[in-house]
Amino acid sequence: MLNRSVKRYIFSKGLDDYFTGVHKAYRFTTLFFKEAFKRPFHLRELINQCFEVGLKSLALITLTGFIVGIVFTKQSRPSLEDFGATSWLPSLIGIAIIKALGPLVTALICAGKVGSGIGAELGSMKVTEQIDAMEVSAINPFKYLVVTRVLATTITIPILALYCSFVGLYGSYLNVHAEETSSLISFYQSAFKTITFLDIITSITKTVVYGFTIGIVGTYKGYNATQGTRGVGKAANQAVVLAMFLIFIEEVIIVQVANWIRYY
Amino acid sequence: MENVKQHIVNKDEKVISISGLYKSFDDLQVLKGIDFNLFKGENVAVLGKSGSGKSVLIKIIVGLLKPDRGEVFVLGKHVDQLAGKELDALRIRIGFSFQNSALYDSMNVYQNLAFPLTMNVKNLTKSEVDHAVNGVLVSVGLANKSKQMPSDLSGGQRKRIGIARTLILKPEIMLYDEPTSGLDPITSAEIIELINEVQQKYNTSSVIITHDLTCAKNTGNRIAMLHKGKFLKVGTFDEVFATDNEQMRGFFNYNFIQ
Repeated sequence: MLNRSVKRYIFSKGLDDYFTGVHKAYRFTTLFFKEAFKRPFHLRELINQCFEVGLKSLALITLTGFIVGIVFTKQSRPSLEDFGATSWLPSLIGIAIIKALGPLVTALICAGKVGSGIGAELGSMKVTEQIDAMEVSAINPFKYLVVTRVLATTITIPILALYCSFVGLYGSYLNVHAEETSSLISFYQSAFKTITFLDIITSITKTVVYGFTIGIVGTYKGYNATQGTRGVGKAANQAVVLAMFLIFIEEVIIVQVANWIRYY
Repeated sequence: MENVKQHIVNKDEKVISISGLYKSFDDLQVLKGIDFNLFKGENVAVLGKSGSGKSVLIKIIVGLLKPDRGEVFVLGKHVDQLAGKELDALRIRIGFSFQNSALYDSMNVYQNLAFPLTMNVKNLTKSEVDHAVNGVLVSVGLANKSKQMPSDLSGGQRKRIGIARTLILKPEIMLYDEPTSGLDPITSAEIIELINEVQQKYNTSSVIITHDLTCAKNTGNRIAMLHKGKFLKVGTFDEVFATDNEQMRGFFNYNFIQ
């Protein structure tokens, strides 16, 4: 049984493994799109996962969004005061939070909290043969576990990002209000004055892409976990690291594309 | 534990037929030309050391792994040529009990049992699901455990619930992967008894993968001795045990016969 021979590689072990991994990830992603539009849709599990993603991250996003709003306002005020431009503060905060910080902070928190959770859960199911158990019971585990989770993050993270932006603006408003008299409505009006339709579309697009990335990376890493409990930890860790890495790359690309659309 | 001997085996009807089966993982050749038949109503225990390819064999039977070469027919269907709904339809007729039970640990016992049923049989009422779940729980002797989580169960109870989960779809073939591994002798005896009861009550044909001679002797109508990817001998327990083959004798000498 141990008829082992020296394995030949096309390039080297590392490069071959890398390209094999990219190909596997590509096939995993295309399979998601094939399965996502086929029956059965497992709506109950999808709602359950949306609830899990949303509820688990809500407290942390509320706290982080609120603090980001306060801290960013506190940091920006002195610079604007030097130019006598404190009245621009709400606009500056609006641009920063709605266009960049809200989506990015939400995505990074969810990559850490939700992505690692999905990676660990599916990884644990994989190494304890629970995924095989579904398959032999004539249940499509990819559809039940992967499609529902990816859709849940894709739907829920944009909503969380929107919520994070509003909480961040509210934190900023409280800080502004502590220094000078202003109403909440006028603050929000000023904050949104410089925000265009393209900015809103860009932010929504970003959060949808981030949500999809977190879901697909978490499920991919978990679904392909190996090496027992060590593999579960590795899957959770890689789900976070890879998702964050991809989120930063996507941020740059989407902003660049939005700027091209804006100026041409 | 002698129930298995009384069960009627229909030698005219093959439920599993395997010929020339080969399987390797990278350069590691695991199965090297397996020929095997399972008849209706029969229990066959596949004996062998760890790493001899026993689990790979039943994973190929249920379509979890694809063979490199050879043909596997289960209930008249060519398994590795099936996909999608056809494969699912066949899998509903096969029960697979995993070595570590593979219970869904986010679900309680009731949900574990109801899950395959509700996912495969549409439009069941709550009372129909309750009836089916309670029926299999009674069959495995754990009627009062429906609200417990898998983590609250003992090893033997987990094995029983794992078997109950397969029984809920009323399979024609049962595949047991190491049903007594990790259990104390008394619990092992209870599981052996349960395997025989399942054969009697549900009229199943079974492949029992084990390295436990007691389990093989008490559950199998026939024993198949797998060694380094090949069957060394297939026959009744006495026929197989009476061998002069050194590799098989070496394996038997390390086992305790009950």
